[in-house]
Amino acid sequence: MAIRVNLITGRTIQQGVSMEAGKEKPAYTAACGIIELDPADFKKLGAYRNTNVRVTSSYGSVIVKAVEATQGPHPGVAYIPMGPWANMVVNPNTYSTGMPTFKGTPVTVEVAKNEPVLGSLELVRKGCRGELA
Amino acid sequence: MTRTVTDVICPFCGTLCDDLEVVVSDDSKELYEVYNACAIGAEKFLHSQAKDRITRPRMRQEDGSWKEISYDEAIEYTARMLTDAKKPLMYGWSSTNCEAQAVGSEIGEAVGAVMDNTATVCHGTSLIAVQDIGIPSCTLGEIKNRADRILFWGCNPAHAHPRHMSRYSIFPRGFFTGKGHTGRKVIVVDPRPTDTASLADIHLQVEQGRDYELLDALRVAFKGEKLPDVVAGIPKERIYEAAETLKSGRFAIIFFGMGVTQSLGKNHNIDAAIAVTRDLNEYTKAAIMPMRGHYNVTGSGQVWGWLFGFPYAVDLSRGFARYNPGETTSNDLLRRDEVDAVFVLGSDPGAHFPFSSVKKIYNRPSVAIDPHETPTTEVCKVHVPVAFVGVEVGGCAYRMDNVPIETRKVVEPPEGMMTDEEFLKHVLARIKEIQGV
Repeated sequence: MAIRVNLITGRTIQQGVSMEAGKEKPAYTAACGIIELDPADFKKLGAYRNTNVRVTSSYGSVIVKAVEATQGPHPGVAYIPMGPWANMVVNPNTYSTGMPTFKGTPVTVEVAKNEPVLGSLELVRKGCRGELA
Repeated sequence: MTRTVTDVICPFCGTLCDDLEVVVSDDSKELYEVYNACAIGAEKFLHSQAKDRITRPRMRQEDGSWKEISYDEAIEYTARMLTDAKKPLMYGWSSTNCEAQAVGSEIGEAVGAVMDNTATVCHGTSLIAVQDIGIPSCTLGEIKNRADRILFWGCNPAHAHPRHMSRYSIFPRGFFTGKGHTGRKVIVVDPRPTDTASLADIHLQVEQGRDYELLDALRVAFKGEKLPDVVAGIPKERIYEAAETLKSGRFAIIFFGMGVTQSLGKNHNIDAAIAVTRDLNEYTKAAIMPMRGHYNVTGSGQVWGWLFGFPYAVDLSRGFARYNPGETTSNDLLRRDEVDAVFVLGSDPGAHFPFSSVKKIYNRPSVAIDPHETPTTEVCKVHVPVAFVGVEVGGCAYRMDNVPIETRKVVEPPEGMMTDEEFLKHVLARIKEIQGV
């Protein structure tokens, strides 16, 4: 079962703290390798909280852990904290403004229980080498 | 024994808090405690003490592993890379001091680089809007002392500028705002009920990407004209209520963030927000301010403003400064393969650019100057660790309201570690040697 949601990205305090503590550390993955979904969207997806999911847009795909929205409700809107995981799927088009469209990317979310959430360095490295599934 | 350094400036966000206290050893070699800072600021100071910190430059080998190199070798690689390139991109500049930014600009001029800072993925669209229609702004001190209507539009300071609300916008008791938060009305516009929204008197849960419509509706509501029943997901009664709240204040301030600059509409959203501010001045005093992210992104705009006349996306490749967002901005240049080398200092595009741009950095000669190990250092050919500005070296930084503040050195960097400015000066000297000038 896959659901379609509108993805936005941005800062969270956990993202900020773990970023300053070192982006190579597991805490950064725990803070940013997630997607915050509304309870209503969890129901549609038919998944438990803290399940790994694959998020896919027209621009890319990434595995993150689905968690319940911390600042909700916001049905139909999903949130991945800013970072390399979000940037795998955001709309990179700038429409001649210089600014990629980090907010408002339509994505599909599907359960991917057995696939791991990669660390930030590994994600970027594998992505650059074309080693991501 | 230890000693406490007071009035320390926090080098994390654009709020540039100036009241931190840091406990260091007598010889200033170790840092133990940080007081008054937010969780993020404290972590930044404490991370400088990490035992696993990288202290020497390193170069990527063919097999993908790192090899430690000397600073001299790193300077040589950087100088050669920049002089050999036809059009290098020199990106970042927001997490360093103005002194380093000035030296970097001289390098950019010498090698004909494109200079871009993190505004390109942050408030670049705000800068375009400011050039379009101007900006009625003020300082954070004026807000603390005078503002009684606070509007946060598409920003979440509870997470991104954690002490902004207590120091300047919602809670402080100022000269004319002696009642603190009880004398202020707070409005938050955000598609999510954020932690900042939980502190608001009015939260307008705008439909994502419909900020322009809602801003325009506010302008209609100020004039008491008719609105459709629902605009951007908000019933008209709520819009009239927000408009009246803003008009009834003595001093209204609009803070805006990535919610408006990065959503579709981009600079036009900011145009509309500034127009709202201008209209509001018909009824009361109103000002508007971007919530700048990096602690010195404002400073890099200032430095390039007085050196080149433009705040970001400055193309020096033709021997004079050109500026054309959409053409001379980092992501457009990378995605269109228009730069042939990438130099990054004081930013992490590897983590914060769309991946299609990151891949382009990986495929080019590249240098990352950063105290941390980051996704950018992971994709660059050479990584040069440097001292933390604001922790291990001082220098000038500009707060989000364009007030310059001198940051302070509180602890010694690891032995033999260069600062951004020192490294850049060496690179500049070597470039001049290579060019024979």
